[in-house]
Amino acid sequence: AAGMFLRLLSDVRWRAADPKWRRMTCSRRSTSSTAEPHPVSLPAQARVVICGGGIMGTSVAYHLSKMGWKDVVLLEQGRLAAGSTRFCAGIVSTARHASVELKMADYSNKLYQQLEQETGVKTGYTRTGSVSLAQTQDRLISLKRIASSLNVMGIPCEIITPKQVAQLHPLINIHDLVGAMYVPEDALVSSANVSLALATAASRNGVQIHERTSVSHVLVQKGRVTGVGTDRGQIQCQYFVNCAGQWAYELGHSGEEPVNIPLHACEHFYLLTHPLKEPLASNIPTVVDPDGRIYIRNWQGGILSGGFEKNPKPLFTEGRNQLEIHNLQEDWDHFEPLLSALLRRMPDLEALQIMQLVNCPESFTPDMRCIMGESPTVQGYFVLAGMNSAGISYGGGAGKYLAEWMVNGYPSENVWPLDLKRFGTLQSSRTFLRHRVMEVMPLMCDLKVPRWDFQTGRQLRTSPLYDRLDAQGARWMEKHGFERVKYFVPPGRDLLDLDQSKTFYKPDWFDIVGSEVKCCKEAVCVIDMSSFTKFEISSTGDQALESLQYLFSNDLDVPVGHVVHTGMLNEKGGYENDCSIARLSKRSFFMISPTDQQVHCWAWLKNRLPDDSSLTMEDVTWKYTALNLIGPRAVDVLSELSYAPITPEHFPSLFCKEMSVGYANGIRVMSITHTGEPGFMLYIPIEYALHVYNEVMNMGQKYGIRNAGYYALRSLRIEKFFAFWGQDLDAFTTPMECGREFQVKLEKGMEFVGQEALLEQKQNGVYKRFTMFILEDHDTDMDLWPWWGEPIYRNGRYVGKTTSSAYSYTLERHVCLGFVQHFDEKTGEELVVTTDFINQGEYEIDIAGQRFQAKAKLYPFSSLFTHRRRKDEEELSGYQRE
Amino acid sequence: AIPVRSSRLPLLSDAMPAPAHLFPLIRNCEISRLCSTVCYCHHKHLCCLSSHFAHSHFRYAPQKKFVALYRPKENFNHFIHARDYASTPQRFYLTPPQVNSILKANEYSFKVPEFDGKNVSSVLGFDSNQLPANAPIEDRRSAATCLQTRGMLLGVFDGHAGCACAQAVSERLFYYIAVSLLPHETLLEIENAVESGRALLPILQWHKHPNDYFSKEASKLYFNSLRTYWQELIDLNSGETTDVKEALINAFKRLDNDISLEAQVGDPNSFLNYLVLRVAFSGATACVAHVDGVDLHIANTGDSRAMLGVQEEDGSWSAVNLSYDHNAQNEHEVERVKMEHPKSEEKSLVKQDRLLGLLMPFRAFGDVKFKWSIELQKRVIESGPDQLNDNEYTKFIPPNYHTPPYLTAEPEVIHHRLRPQDKFLVLATDGLWETMHRQDVARIVGEYLTGVHHQQPIAVGGYKVTLGQMHGLLTERRARISSVFEDQNAATHLIRHAVGNNEFGTVDHERLSKMLSLPEELARMYRDDITIIVVQFNSHVIGACQNEEL
Repeated sequence: AAGMFLRLLSDVRWRAADPKWRRMTCSRRSTSSTAEPHPVSLPAQARVVICGGGIMGTSVAYHLSKMGWKDVVLLEQGRLAAGSTRFCAGIVSTARHASVELKMADYSNKLYQQLEQETGVKTGYTRTGSVSLAQTQDRLISLKRIASSLNVMGIPCEIITPKQVAQLHPLINIHDLVGAMYVPEDALVSSANVSLALATAASRNGVQIHERTSVSHVLVQKGRVTGVGTDRGQIQCQYFVNCAGQWAYELGHSGEEPVNIPLHACEHFYLLTHPLKEPLASNIPTVVDPDGRIYIRNWQGGILSGGFEKNPKPLFTEGRNQLEIHNLQEDWDHFEPLLSALLRRMPDLEALQIMQLVNCPESFTPDMRCIMGESPTVQGYFVLAGMNSAGISYGGGAGKYLAEWMVNGYPSENVWPLDLKRFGTLQSSRTFLRHRVMEVMPLMCDLKVPRWDFQTGRQLRTSPLYDRLDAQGARWMEKHGFERVKYFVPPGRDLLDLDQSKTFYKPDWFDIVGSEVKCCKEAVCVIDMSSFTKFEISSTGDQALESLQYLFSNDLDVPVGHVVHTGMLNEKGGYENDCSIARLSKRSFFMISPTDQQVHCWAWLKNRLPDDSSLTMEDVTWKYTALNLIGPRAVDVLSELSYAPITPEHFPSLFCKEMSVGYANGIRVMSITHTGEPGFMLYIPIEYALHVYNEVMNMGQKYGIRNAGYYALRSLRIEKFFAFWGQDLDAFTTPMECGREFQVKLEKGMEFVGQEALLEQKQNGVYKRFTMFILEDHDTDMDLWPWWGEPIYRNGRYVGKTTSSAYSYTLERHVCLGFVQHFDEKTGEELVVTTDFINQGEYEIDIAGQRFQAKAKLYPFSSLFTHRRRKDEEELSGYQRE
Repeated sequence: AIPVRSSRLPLLSDAMPAPAHLFPLIRNCEISRLCSTVCYCHHKHLCCLSSHFAHSHFRYAPQKKFVALYRPKENFNHFIHARDYASTPQRFYLTPPQVNSILKANEYSFKVPEFDGKNVSSVLGFDSNQLPANAPIEDRRSAATCLQTRGMLLGVFDGHAGCACAQAVSERLFYYIAVSLLPHETLLEIENAVESGRALLPILQWHKHPNDYFSKEASKLYFNSLRTYWQELIDLNSGETTDVKEALINAFKRLDNDISLEAQVGDPNSFLNYLVLRVAFSGATACVAHVDGVDLHIANTGDSRAMLGVQEEDGSWSAVNLSYDHNAQNEHEVERVKMEHPKSEEKSLVKQDRLLGLLMPFRAFGDVKFKWSIELQKRVIESGPDQLNDNEYTKFIPPNYHTPPYLTAEPEVIHHRLRPQDKFLVLATDGLWETMHRQDVARIVGEYLTGVHHQQPIAVGGYKVTLGQMHGLLTERRARISSVFEDQNAATHLIRHAVGNNEFGTVDHERLSKMLSLPEELARMYRDDITIIVVQFNSHVIGACQNEEL
């Protein structure tokens, strides 16, 4: 059935690809692929098979062949560059929010620029520049933030006035503008030709390209790709790359071992016109008007204009539903708001004659970022798809990173934000995808303010306490499908106001979170932290300990009942995961990782743990509700509830004990808090969750207990310089670079992953250093708040970017965390970062173009810690040198 | 508690809801004559029977006559002045949200659930709604899915001389139909279950609006009658497969017979006794659809109507009648009635387009005044409760009453095989058909269901169109379709048009507001109760069924 389906799809894409299609009416079936002889037969085997001949497939093929992998076959069900690639608007834009996306776009731009020269294929590359317009001050702030990022990347970019906009583009109505961002090096290309050029170059390098060949399924044995089934026979291969665009989801599910690729197509419309009376100059800048939700580019002297409407039309939800295909028609009524925006932006176009309204489906992902990487379930199965309508901008860079990933085992950049493994099966429901992409597509143009949350696809995973907390005023955010509390609105506060707190400035929950933080500091708070990923690893013999000792950097051979903070490092010493592991018994371990590690960490361990039936690993995330008791009185609450001595002598820091709380037995209590405050984590079998929560709240009353949310937690951990994986730490950061040598046991008597790299770093020093910045002249009430990704300047020179920030209610200052690098002033070469280098600089943080003085610190304020526990001091001994 | 619904229109700020516990007082309350009820008195809580008597004695006073007597504008002004002492005039105009809350108060939608992402039923779902003119409303509606056989049942019931009969028929008829359709084995199974006190197989899954109630008190009585019916069916076991048409006719006739018998036998419980008499002495028409795959059966008794909406190849909409009205306008029906009675009565049978000069529908449930012999009527009334005896209407014997029965509940059944172009079915009481032509109904529902813009997509093609021209066109279209988006329910949309359409065929808010703010005493003069069910068909499934059979 799958083969049949892909056949049908190829017809569709043919139709889209061939302008003559409309004239070929009834003879369509006979002209489909089977009727025409294929000149070259398929090879029986290859190292890599790539499915999809669009910009992604050809870019991967191009880069693989450049990197020396020549035994590559690219299969395309229709013709090359005939899908979304052919129809996309061809705008290469580097104005991106996320750093990795920005880098991909920048690389793509540079690649396309020289592609014509390299291949001889005309790509239509024209450097036009782009102007992004701001109709509001908030939009201008957003553009300024991007401009700051672009500038430190070396991409020319400036914020300009409406008058300057008028000079750049004579047709623009500037009356409602407050400013704009001009990126002079952005370009236009013919996307299909870029794809053909990449294919040509790849083909010259030995890649075999077969058109009109449909992949029906991927063959998998023992969790590894072994081959590909097509309508023209099988090909044995070691690697498969799914670049099937909007069909990637479907193709992922066609094999026996499903690969979840959460993306969903939406219709996307753009308008083509006849040339203007005075045709537009070929180098006229592309205009992006996000407030009007449209983009406008030159197209053969006329314009091409499309946009991202508020009410997108998702399609192909049922995948093989052919009925929707004929709907791929011009829908003018749907386009009306965008047309109005266009005529408002360029009123002189009224008399311009319409040529066509093109309907070209684009695929979107649940979090607006593309999908890249290896499947967590099938080794050798790579994916590159879900470009959220930026396929051309990302094509070159994304193909490069994926090729590096395949050839070297890892890409040259931190691509975690794009990694397929950030998703699991829970994001693969068709209903979820359909609903979510309807929210994502309009977001393309919406203002991206700090701390926005998706509204669709919510309440999927919840703690058993969800209703209780919700009734007490909880405001929710979502992580990996799990609802987590941001903060609790006290009774009597205006709720509507709070929900609309979308601002770049001080948010209106400021005081609410402040009081939660205060309660954590002075009394006790309870935070539901059930979303954290929890694994249990055990064995009949010593296999568990031995394997974990090899995979984790800290020494896990600790007495039973101890908790160890440790990194799960890769060969280069970078953090693949940052977790806490409790030794439950001699042979079993309980591991706590960040919420979004559920898929990645599982796959990482599965692929590396010995294939031994006596060693078992279980994901027990769903089995436990986790309550975090934070604050100096947590110990009182717990001891009253358990009738057990919880004094530091009996229950030292970083300790784990099973005990009873209230009537419930077998509660796993750990003396850790993830924030540096005193307190405990309670891992409660879910059926006891409500009971324990009620007991804690009742007993806690006399100690002033209250609920708190993640915003309070975040403020607490950042002011104490605690790094979080996924935000501050990534696969390119080693413990040495973030002051966590104490979590590494270089001499634990056995080899571990990353040890060599760490030893080398220890000897030679590090090239970046995790640093804490206290903003000095920043007015919390009046100034823009930092978020993350702000450039850091040392003595006026760019040295790195922030990774997270929060207001410290204790210091009454903003704290930013980030990495400082040392670039040679002349050559730009990266140099070793020493403590002196950090300490002897004058720092500034650039928030949307405005620089604020900052004080750099390599160690947290010791005064912030209320040391009561021996083990604490031991753990923090590293900090005390300051 | 007596099933009185306080379904008054929430139209005036000081209109109090009718509390049910006041019911026993009602019969003592003198009811002002309709014509003099210009001043609105909110202390009068009308019960089913007495309100009827006061208002629309068998539709003695046809709407149009009244409209001619009182020119609406004058009437309105009069009314406003009369109320000046109580409220300020500007309260009179309902805001669009107020209008919507009135129109949507009774709306109900049902979507046939999908299995595995697909709906395999030929019915996509239905929308239904009611707008009362009588207080309380005398129309009823029912919808249910047959659980032991395939198919779905939908029906509208228009009561007269009270709502008791319409209420009973809306509760009971579908059970009679479902039982008539059941195979012998299932009937046996059900009977055995009842016999041994085991749980019954569910027969119907009802799709009810919260306002659609069932009488709890009578359920035992109704159940016993139903059980007697299936026991007879078991004894009669013909061994033949049940023909839907036959089943429908049998069910209608049997239920009417049971209604009549129950009234004759009476009930020891005085409340029930009064109830069965009220049911029998009031009347109701019924228009019922049974949809099973491509087979659509319409069983109609009376002057409600079933209409099929058909989409022509060019996208336009046309209407196909699937029922014949049983009234004086139907020559065949007049012919039938005349055939059934001696020639001597020919002139008195139909007078002023009414049966015996009284009743508009020529077929109906209940209405034993047109079915029983004079002796029987007198006997039952005399032995009946005081309420019945005090009632002028029940005691009144129709003139020229010689050879009863004059009235039957036997339906006319039309079978239609659904085609892909059959997009929807409208079942509605005459309140709708009096104000709208079926062709307009087909167009309005059709355009609503497809969305105007889907129906006629704009294509530029080879024409020379400028951006400005296109923009103008689109803005205009947007304005036009915005009224469609106000309604999420096709039946509501239809009522909005039926009540609010001006001479240009578009909804006029002012008119809508006026019509809906009429006090209940006046409302009945301008409009009748309207009940509408719009069933949407699944053309894909219907097309697939057709192909399979070909």
